[in-house]
Amino acid sequence: MIETRELSKRYGNLTAVDAISFKVEPGQVLGFLGPNGAGKSTTMKMIAGFLAPTSGSASVAGFDVETRPLEARRALGYLPEGAPSYGEMAVREFLDFIASMRGLDGDAGERRIDDAVGRLQLEAVLEQPIDTLSKGFKRRVGLAGAILHDPKVLILDEPTDGLDPNQKQEVRSLINSMARDKTIVISTHLLEEVHAVCTRAIIIAGGRMLADATPSELEARSRYFQAVSLSTANVEQAKAALSRVADVAAIEIDPQDQRITAFPKPGRQIFVAVSDALKAQNVTVRELALEPGRLDEVFRSITQGAGGKGART
Amino acid sequence: MKPTLTIFKRELRSYFATPVAYVFIVIFLLLAGAFSFYLGGFYERGQADLQPFFTFHPWLYLFLVPAVSMRLWAEERKSGTIELLLTLPVTLWQAVLGKFFAAWAFIAIALVLTFPIWLTVNYLGSPDNGVIFASYVGSLLMAGAFLAVGSCLSAATRNQVIAFILTVAICFVLLLAGYPLVLGAIGAIAPQGVVDAVAGLSFLTHFEAIGKGVIDLRDLVYFVLTIVVWLYASTVVIDMKKAA
Ligand SMILES: Nc1ncnc2c1ncn2[C@@H]1O[C@H](COP(=O)(O)OP(=O)(O)O)[C@@H](O)[C@H]1O
Ligand SMILES: [Mg+2]
Repeated sequence: MIETRELSKRYGNLTAVDAISFKVEPGQVLGFLGPNGAGKSTTMKMIAGFLAPTSGSASVAGFDVETRPLEARRALGYLPEGAPSYGEMAVREFLDFIASMRGLDGDAGERRIDDAVGRLQLEAVLEQPIDTLSKGFKRRVGLAGAILHDPKVLILDEPTDGLDPNQKQEVRSLINSMARDKTIVISTHLLEEVHAVCTRAIIIAGGRMLADATPSELEARSRYFQAVSLSTANVEQAKAALSRVADVAAIEIDPQDQRITAFPKPGRQIFVAVSDALKAQNVTVRELALEPGRLDEVFRSITQGAGGKGART
Repeated sequence: MKPTLTIFKRELRSYFATPVAYVFIVIFLLLAGAFSFYLGGFYERGQADLQPFFTFHPWLYLFLVPAVSMRLWAEERKSGTIELLLTLPVTLWQAVLGKFFAAWAFIAIALVLTFPIWLTVNYLGSPDNGVIFASYVGSLLMAGAFLAVGSCLSAATRNQVIAFILTVAICFVLLLAGYPLVLGAIGAIAPQGVVDAVAGLSFLTHFEAIGKGVIDLRDLVYFVLTIVVWLYASTVVIDMKKAA
């Protein structure tokens, strides 16, 4: 479990993190979403005990990170931003080092290392100095170090940054496979990642928490949520038919492909009404679709609306 | 204690993972030899002892030890590994000690490798090996004190060059604290009590005392305390950076 209470960090007169409070339970994968400079890494560094909060507090597995730092760190696996590791060490040496620092020696340590190596497919590079590895491998070495002691709580700062699409997919399924009994927080600026792994998303910008919801709840805030789009040869006629549907609030026509989108009035569903109206007017459509919410649009409107440019006091 | 040992091993091994360690050792040995034979008049003195050899250690250390210590924390901060290290279950003291002892052991290895010069004096004459042993101990203790100063300054910055220069400067003052150059300057602005206190802090005075062949408890305590104080300062500096 992770809990923060009014967690804040100020650098001079820049408030990098502004009174963030949340609680994550085992089984949840929380996505920390926000533009660059939003304060994601700073928040994670404070929870990991690397930075001291200016005010507020954080606890990991019930241990306050400032007053019970060792217990908190034992329960935590942390991947810092950029996945730093000792470049001159071979992968195996590095993992041995982490295991030993975590008190995992002998057979228990070996088993944990083998498990992490297998999960991140590092077998081929075990004897290679980390400096000579590709960016993707370096990140996987960092991840292996973070999950080595099978921690109850995982904090991963941009775990898929710098990976190619296949590797991204592998890391996401790794996170999913560990999600059941762990408390996991990842940061990302990739919206597709939220769908792929997160059960919950917190959006921050300018150090402030702007939303805390499930991915589908966020999508429901989209203007496109429950909108109906269609393409037809008969644009004018279709438009006329749609404008007669009572619950349609607005109609937009894409200037590029002439695709028509009808937006519902708040809380209304218009799919059936729209398709009936089109039929009644004998408008033939090539295709008719119910729009899901668009996360990127929600993200943009939330982060740009509320002081997304960093909060100076 | 366990994490200290783990960090110690990792650090010591990392010294030898790059050619830097070997270059350092070779330079140390060459300079130590050159100083004793050319500047110290090792042969010309016609005495079987290692005094010319040890006399130059403080000056060798003044530049070589900061070159070792500048990496200690600055490198971790620059590469970001400090974030990895300090979020493992380890206390600041354990981390500072592990790194310090590894650097100290590295210097000790370089020092031990000067043994041919000891063999040489024993071949040429019959020196007082007790004095030589004491001098080696004194030399190692002084190197430890230099390193502890360097550890603190390396923790204060991510720039290794700055760490190096500051360490050299502070060690220079500490070396000469017992000499007119420093004492005169302090005497001009402070009462005699302060001057005496500063004189007592001099690396050189204590090193030379040990070099006479008697390992006095006071000299030992002096170096150990100096090391502890500067290592404590290292933990304070690192802790302060957390809150920065
Ligand atoms: N050590 C520091 N000193 C001063 N400002 C910092 C420091 N670290 C981060 N910041 C600032 O704090 C804000 C949040 O940074 P960060 O947490 O790294 O954002 P994110 O991870 O969301 O991209 C940024 O404006 C950044 O410039
Ligand atoms: Mg970041």
